[in-house]
Amino acid sequence: MKLRTWFLLPAWLWMAALLAAPMAIVLAYSFLTRGTYGGIEQPWTVESYQRLLDPLYVAIYLRSFAMAAAATAICLVLGFPAALFIARASRRKNFYLQLVLLPFWTSFLVRTYAWLFLLRDTGLINSALLALGIIEQPLPMLYNDGAVLLGLVYGYLPFMVLPIYAVLERMDLTVEEAAADLGARPLSTLFRVTIPIAKPGIVAGCVLVFIPSLGAFLTPDLLGGGQTILIGNLVQNQFTTARDWPFGAAVSVVLMLLVAALVWTFLRRQSESIA
Amino acid sequence: MRRWLAVYAAAFFAFLHLPLVTLAAFSFNSSRFTVWEGFSLDWYRAMFENPQLVEGAWNSAIIALAATAAATVVGTLCAYGLWKRRSPALTGSMYLSLVTPEIVTGISLLALFQWTFRWLDWRLGMHTVILAHVAFSVPYAVIVVLSRLRTMNAGLEEAAMDLGATEWQAFRYVTLPSLIPGIIAAALLALTVSFDDYVITSMVAGVDSETLPMVIYAMARRGASPVINAASALITVVFGLLILISERMREA
Repeated sequence: MKLRTWFLLPAWLWMAALLAAPMAIVLAYSFLTRGTYGGIEQPWTVESYQRLLDPLYVAIYLRSFAMAAAATAICLVLGFPAALFIARASRRKNFYLQLVLLPFWTSFLVRTYAWLFLLRDTGLINSALLALGIIEQPLPMLYNDGAVLLGLVYGYLPFMVLPIYAVLERMDLTVEEAAADLGARPLSTLFRVTIPIAKPGIVAGCVLVFIPSLGAFLTPDLLGGGQTILIGNLVQNQFTTARDWPFGAAVSVVLMLLVAALVWTFLRRQSESIA
Repeated sequence: MRRWLAVYAAAFFAFLHLPLVTLAAFSFNSSRFTVWEGFSLDWYRAMFENPQLVEGAWNSAIIALAATAAATVVGTLCAYGLWKRRSPALTGSMYLSLVTPEIVTGISLLALFQWTFRWLDWRLGMHTVILAHVAFSVPYAVIVVLSRLRTMNAGLEEAAMDLGATEWQAFRYVTLPSLIPGIIAAALLALTVSFDDYVITSMVAGVDSETLPMVIYAMARRGASPVINAASALITVVFGLLILISERMREA
């Protein structure tokens, strides 16, 4: 056997045992019946998928979509100018990139906890406002949709900045000069020249933010405090407290299908735009 | 417009960094409340005297080291294989693993482990957590090593083999030496993603395998505390340094 065949063996083993097998089991469980003491039992059924059509659960999917879309939109509005700034900086580009990347790589948990520390009733912002006499009562900033949205934006912002930066970095600046020479004002150059050119980066950034936001669990759990139930929380709940594995598996399968459809559409678009 | 952009960028970087900086600053506060009273290292002492945090840190270190070692070996070999010849199935699997929501990875591994318990005599614990960490960190290692390989000249191995080297010798004495920085970068990245994980770990951990993120998470859910600030600051600094080293290695 050739060397590279041997070298790929552990990876095939990884794929079969730790990726394909778990997914196949989840898929199978989603068609089984909930066991009397948790776990799963025969017979095979599509009941879990039928339950998903209950307005209660449809609402959770819709809310997760709305939350992920809002997080993506805010990331785009906040991230685009930052990417533009870094791409156009005359020096220290790498330093600015590190500034974006470093907090991102350290620890997702710590970054989420930081907002808990800032936003809670006895947190820094409320303590400061109380001490300054601006407010009498602490503002309820934590454990609501806004806090979850803030956590998602803060957590995934670099995913938006990097791909947009990558496109803007390579962009031919003479195009902008040509627009200016032909009388375009800076803002119309931005909207009619720069942004259309940056579109592949914008699309990539939106996909990279939307996907993890859609399946987020940690952020809504920690900053939403159980008030904001998203798909991720629903899955976790079914496998822990509710002990309804078939239903949790069905929720996961639908989530995976949505993610796969998004990625597939994106990759097709990418290959079309290259071709 | 340039000036506005610079002002905006300053605000943007402040938004990214200020939460972490204030978090770290208040870990040195002598008061337990969020009012500055003076400098102290009490919370760091309290952190090292907290048996749960210390045990969690030990467990996390063991898990991260074991998972990193395995993931780096599998990832390096896989990257080398993919560099030699494309494999859409394996590449697709890497991306599938990366885009799968963490909670789905967590429950699917839990379902797999529970399923094997029917035949195998083991339970949720350190080894299930280590396996789960290998599962999600392999793609990171593959991507880092592969990006390093892509910058290298494939002709060198062919030259070595024309001169009589075997495939193994060409890998061992030609490619591997210049691949070392990429492998170290991959290991450091795997180490950080492994050490930081909460969601997947919490699904597959047993009673004896509480990791540091799990302890911090449980404390954070009960409310913030300066001890978590101290632990967070320490984690941020240590892993910030590791990542900086990793970045250097990737550029080396």
